[in-house]
Amino acid sequence: MKPLVDKELCVACGECIDACPVGAISVGDECAEISDECTLCGMCVDACQYGAISMPDVGTGADEDLSRYKGVWVFVEWRHGTVHRVSYELLTVGRKLAEKKGTDLCAVIQGHKLDGVEKDLFRYGAKTVYVVDHPSLAHFTDEIYGNVLVELVRRYRPEILLAGGTSTGRSFIPRVAAMLQTGLTADCTELDINDEGLLLQTRPAFGGNIMASILCPYRRPQIATVRPKVLRAEPLDMPVDGQVVRPDLPGACFVSRVEVLEEQVLEGPGANIAEADVVVSGGRGLQRKENFAMLEELASLLNGAVGASRGAVEAGLADPSQQVGQTGRTVAPVLYMAVGISGAVQHVVGMQGSKVIVAVNRDPEAPIFDVCHFGVVADLFEFVPAFIRKIRKERGEEV
Amino acid sequence: MHIVVCLKQVPESQNVRIDPKTNTLIRQGVASVLNPFDYFALEAALTIKDERLDTKVTAITMGPPQAKEVLMDALSRGADDAILISHRAFAGADTWATSFTLAAAIRRLEPVDLIVCGKQAIDGDTAQVGPELATILNRPYATYVKSFEFVDDSHLKITRQTDEGVAVWRLPLPALVTVLKDVGEPRPRSYRATLRARRYEIPVWGPEELGVDEDSVGLKGSYTQVVRIFSPERKKDRIMLRGSVEEMVDELYYWLKEQRVPGL
Repeated sequence: MKPLVDKELCVACGECIDACPVGAISVGDECAEISDECTLCGMCVDACQYGAISMPDVGTGADEDLSRYKGVWVFVEWRHGTVHRVSYELLTVGRKLAEKKGTDLCAVIQGHKLDGVEKDLFRYGAKTVYVVDHPSLAHFTDEIYGNVLVELVRRYRPEILLAGGTSTGRSFIPRVAAMLQTGLTADCTELDINDEGLLLQTRPAFGGNIMASILCPYRRPQIATVRPKVLRAEPLDMPVDGQVVRPDLPGACFVSRVEVLEEQVLEGPGANIAEADVVVSGGRGLQRKENFAMLEELASLLNGAVGASRGAVEAGLADPSQQVGQTGRTVAPVLYMAVGISGAVQHVVGMQGSKVIVAVNRDPEAPIFDVCHFGVVADLFEFVPAFIRKIRKERGEEV
Repeated sequence: MHIVVCLKQVPESQNVRIDPKTNTLIRQGVASVLNPFDYFALEAALTIKDERLDTKVTAITMGPPQAKEVLMDALSRGADDAILISHRAFAGADTWATSFTLAAAIRRLEPVDLIVCGKQAIDGDTAQVGPELATILNRPYATYVKSFEFVDDSHLKITRQTDEGVAVWRLPLPALVTVLKDVGEPRPRSYRATLRARRYEIPVWGPEELGVDEDSVGLKGSYTQVVRIFSPERKKDRIMLRGSVEEMVDELYYWLKEQRVPGL
């Protein structure tokens, strides 16, 4: 299969040749020709100003009546006694999607000794909360969490299912999608309902350099994950008068081939880096391990965490748990301060989702300034202490 | 023991950009490389082979014909066998169709005790194929594995990274793991293995060899469809602060306050 070229519309301009990432297009005298090298990425379709190229039909017909699926569901992530913030963010966007579709928002929560945490979910507009409380859900396993969610989806048939792009969601939601034989779009940054009533899922690809909008037209539910802090959580003024349903599930759901031996919540400098609203990261520019102390002071003033570039970690200036980037953690805080970090792409992909990025670097040519919102060309050893003094002064603290 | 390592050839993502003028992908100078995370998957398999001499490591990849480069690389580092899954019908596959196709290939390679994947590929970043593949093959799996050891011949003890720490699991074989860089520094190519790789004829499997219907793979077999590709919205024009350190400090404080950064 290849994209179709409409010979009437094609003017042989050659724009599509540059657009093709695999070099599969050539232009003859009259129109573009696409070779077998084509990977059907669709870039040429977008590139053609004349609308001459279109994707071939994909005839994956529905083998079930899709209209039997109704409602927007959010998988609520419960962790050691609390609801993960991403769940509230998902309920907020789920509520908007449900309104647009004229359907109900429901929540599913799994865990053990949940003790009424479900009540909080009504504040975010959940009309029904499905609660599965079972000893074997006390610790996460892909198998049991997946089995339970699949069983509930088969029973109640939601049209849309949203889950957090956490280490839990990214691990077991693909199992859910594969068991249900439906599509899954990971790490969406935007969710909407299109004119046909389908879930329009937009996500970055190629390290954030390209955005893609994705549909799951013929399978249900349409499943998407969203990373924490990408969307905003907004409770309702008045909680919804909702119901709690405690479904009886077959014992087979609670059988896992995997045995959990131990779970550890790590302490250490990078422990809360993925959750923090403010991350102050240091690079090789810090020069010495002791100099990270001022970043720690700044971060603690803002109730934040301290991160580091790979360079800083490899030079022994910071702990590996603090590493932000492609081989480290991905963070998306409200404020990300990159101090003495040059801004290699491997670092940028781990922090580019941050709301506000501040770069402090002595080198005005440093690539970090291409991705920041506020750039400070200065000696960090002067700037950071001065910034700390400023915050303390504004708070009326002794400096 | 038979271990299958799933590899993916990807464009070097840092170089993939959309030309702001033409809104098209700039492909000039974009090389195809082995997905960086897959080096660790291969290394994990080879580490087991170092210790358990009866181990065979088979590297597989799905992709266009040139994807055999990453298999040659794997052979040069010590993989015993390699299979290229390549055919027109496989193009345009989403993660489901990819997992479905890889599962069909692995069924042909059975018995397979362990499947190892990288934590995700840097082009799509979905991290879905590992878990989906394991599910289709009805195997237990563990993602984000930092380290592993054999408890006995049929059980692994693995340590996986979670958002807040680690979890230690006992995983029965046959299983699948997706691994992090913590499993070990990838070894270089060896001279002997490279010579062997040069003579190695990599088999190419298509839908016929896999025994799958062409409609169930590639774009046709995909449940999701990409309907639009576009440049991310450009960030608001960045503001470069000017003046003395004190002036810049005041200005930054003002802007961050205006952006409602918590804690200020």
